[in-house]
Amino acid sequence: MSSPASDQGASGYRIAIVQATIDPAAVLALVGNPGDGAVLLFLGTVRDHADGRPVGGLRYEVYQDMAEKELSAIAAEAGRRLGTDRVAVVHRVGDLSVGEVSVAIAVSSPHREEAYRASRFIIEEIKKRLPVWKHEQYDDGDAVWVQGRTLEPTEGAR
Amino acid sequence: MQVRTLFFAAYRDALGTGALDVDLPEGATVGELVTRLRSRGAPFDRLPEAPAVAVNRAVVRGEALLAQGDEIAFLPPVAGG
Repeated sequence: MSSPASDQGASGYRIAIVQATIDPAAVLALVGNPGDGAVLLFLGTVRDHADGRPVGGLRYEVYQDMAEKELSAIAAEAGRRLGTDRVAVVHRVGDLSVGEVSVAIAVSSPHREEAYRASRFIIEEIKKRLPVWKHEQYDDGDAVWVQGRTLEPTEGAR
Repeated sequence: MQVRTLFFAAYRDALGTGALDVDLPEGATVGELVTRLRSRGAPFDRLPEAPAVAVNRAVVRGEALLAQGDEIAFLPPVAGG
């Protein structure tokens, strides 16, 4: 991976939060081994509409230090709970155009069941826990911060 | 004691600043910090009464105690993915 934010986790997962365009093939190349019979790639992309309004593009803002910590925790949890540590997650921030990839999740596992479950777990946890905000820009010139999900206190935090 | 506060996204836009050092009495909680900021009046009264707050990059409850040098981030509802 090209980003300096790339991180080799202790259990084998890889995470990064990047400004540059995500190369799905490069994310996919971070997972897989000879014992894995299933390799799964999920891409989240920028839609051209939101609630019926045409969207021209958007900007993601991030609390970088906390987001890297949360993404590592999510990837590690996926590995611990769902039976594979071959997990790579890259989230892009900054300015994105319609159709561009905002998040890429690659998972490999011996059988497809674990890969599908881990991939689904990771994207749902990202939406619940990652300190990232979306500023949507509409074709009519208006722009708003998308009303998202309220973060919940971390178990065991101060 | 002094703590560092950070404001993101809609909160930063509302306040016109992304970071602020705040002096607090020893033993202050997150909830007391929020109350003190809001009592400064506009634009700080645009912060919610009970926003999501992270202390040193972990989200905590309002009763959490603060310490010298803490990094306290005010986090609007998130929309990643």
